[in-house]
Amino acid sequence: MSVDTAKEPQGDVVSSGPGGLEVQPAPHLTDPITTRRLMLDVIIALIPAFLASLVFFQWNSLRVLALCLIGCLATEYLFNRVRNKPNSLSDLSAVVTAIILAFSLPPTLPWFAVLMGAIVAIALGKMFFGGLGQNIFNPAMVGRAFLMVTFASLMTTWVAPAAEPGPPVPTDRVEAVTAATPLAQIKPGDPERPLPETWRLFVGRTAGSLGETSVIALLIGAAYLLIRRTIDWTIPFGMLGAALAFAAIAYLAAPGKFANPMFHLGAGSLVFGAFLIATDLVTSPLSKSGRVVFGAGCGVLTMVIRQFGTYPEGVMFSILMMNALAPLIGRWMRPTPLGGKARG
Amino acid sequence: MTAELIFIFLTAAIINNFVFKYFLGICPFLGVSRRVDMAVGMGFAVTFVMTVAGVLTWIVYDLVLTRIGLEFLQYITFILIIAGAVQLVEMYIRKFFPSLYESFGIFLPMITTNCAILGACLFIQKFEYGFVQTLVFSIGAGLGFALAITIMAGIREELDFADVPKPFRGPGITLLTAAILAMAFSGFLIKR
Repeated sequence: MSVDTAKEPQGDVVSSGPGGLEVQPAPHLTDPITTRRLMLDVIIALIPAFLASLVFFQWNSLRVLALCLIGCLATEYLFNRVRNKPNSLSDLSAVVTAIILAFSLPPTLPWFAVLMGAIVAIALGKMFFGGLGQNIFNPAMVGRAFLMVTFASLMTTWVAPAAEPGPPVPTDRVEAVTAATPLAQIKPGDPERPLPETWRLFVGRTAGSLGETSVIALLIGAAYLLIRRTIDWTIPFGMLGAALAFAAIAYLAAPGKFANPMFHLGAGSLVFGAFLIATDLVTSPLSKSGRVVFGAGCGVLTMVIRQFGTYPEGVMFSILMMNALAPLIGRWMRPTPLGGKARG
Repeated sequence: MTAELIFIFLTAAIINNFVFKYFLGICPFLGVSRRVDMAVGMGFAVTFVMTVAGVLTWIVYDLVLTRIGLEFLQYITFILIIAGAVQLVEMYIRKFFPSLYESFGIFLPMITTNCAILGACLFIQKFEYGFVQTLVFSIGAGLGFALAITIMAGIREELDFADVPKPFRGPGITLLTAAILAMAFSGFLIKR
């Protein structure tokens, strides 16, 4: 929300004093970071994960991403046209929403579902609330949640990644081979199958959403964002720390029943969520302590849903729930002003 | 026993949240969620009425009505008990929190017709809970309502500064937000 203060100085020269002295209205100190620059950084950070998804899911990856971009950009453009608002496509936030939504969808999702998700993400998630900076929930997660309740079975049909070792598949007769995601495999009721080794989870050669499978590619992007200081350590630290602590306690209490923490770190979209979704500046609290609590809440809720709920994955739900709580966290965890007491 | 009670509590408060799962108690949810302090007050008022009404209706139904074969008077007696409990709350708040009483306005006596409370009383009969389960269930359901209305109030205070399109202002954006919240809370789905 605070990122937009850094536009070009408004430029209204109030008066010219003697000797061409210019007087300008505040703000006088501006920062070169613009919304566009922040969004561009996020897009750059998502490139490694996109390359990984191209390797694993091939043309499906391009197809879903293209549909998401079309749906999101068109919806944003139309909303601004109808409301006679300046066109906001150039701040690139709709592009980021489209990429994050695409990365959280299964590769084989039909075109109409992808398009609907993209439209709902921008319309319901962002434009109904007044556009960027005013949305309560992460738009991409709103779109995905809508698809989850609307097309539940399409949203949980996964394909095995390309170059899967095993018996050769007659590719001339089948389009794709369905497979369970690692998280679905640990759910009770699923037939016993060997879990993928941990290294495969980190490389990303497992069934899953487009961009979530390769932890290594995501970490490269996350490192870039951390170095650029587009995101800070608070939310990822809170989310991963809380989730791993929760998983470790459950694993130590009943090793036969719960998977080990490293599995939970590598499987599903925990890393994707912690570094690239939950860190959204608009929908997270402003204060440092508030962001740690926000992240920790995401981590704990994710693990609660993974280990006790019916859904195999809880990252999307937990982020939406903590988005809803963010205003209250911001209210109850105000930082102490220098030299004074917090509440006044 | 303890595990069962914890499960009943969490189910009533979060998994089957009255607002997000059953869409009960929407009128105060929309009407009194403009400010966080009011929402917390309304949440606790509803929790209190729900607990008193849940326990009293359980006693009256299981110990009186079924004994003398007047089960068909269920609804009318339940409404009577709820109205009585609301009167208690109203007198208490009027005496000790006059400003809160002012700001609640019509919504305080309206708790009488809050469908969440009658719903809780009827759920208790449907699930055939015993006394302790009834107590835990009604407290859980009430606190779940308080949670929902407080979250909504936090969001609505934030939305005061948002440039919401004109047709969606007020109840419109509130219901849309509630829809997103319902989708988020559907993540707690549990198969039994």
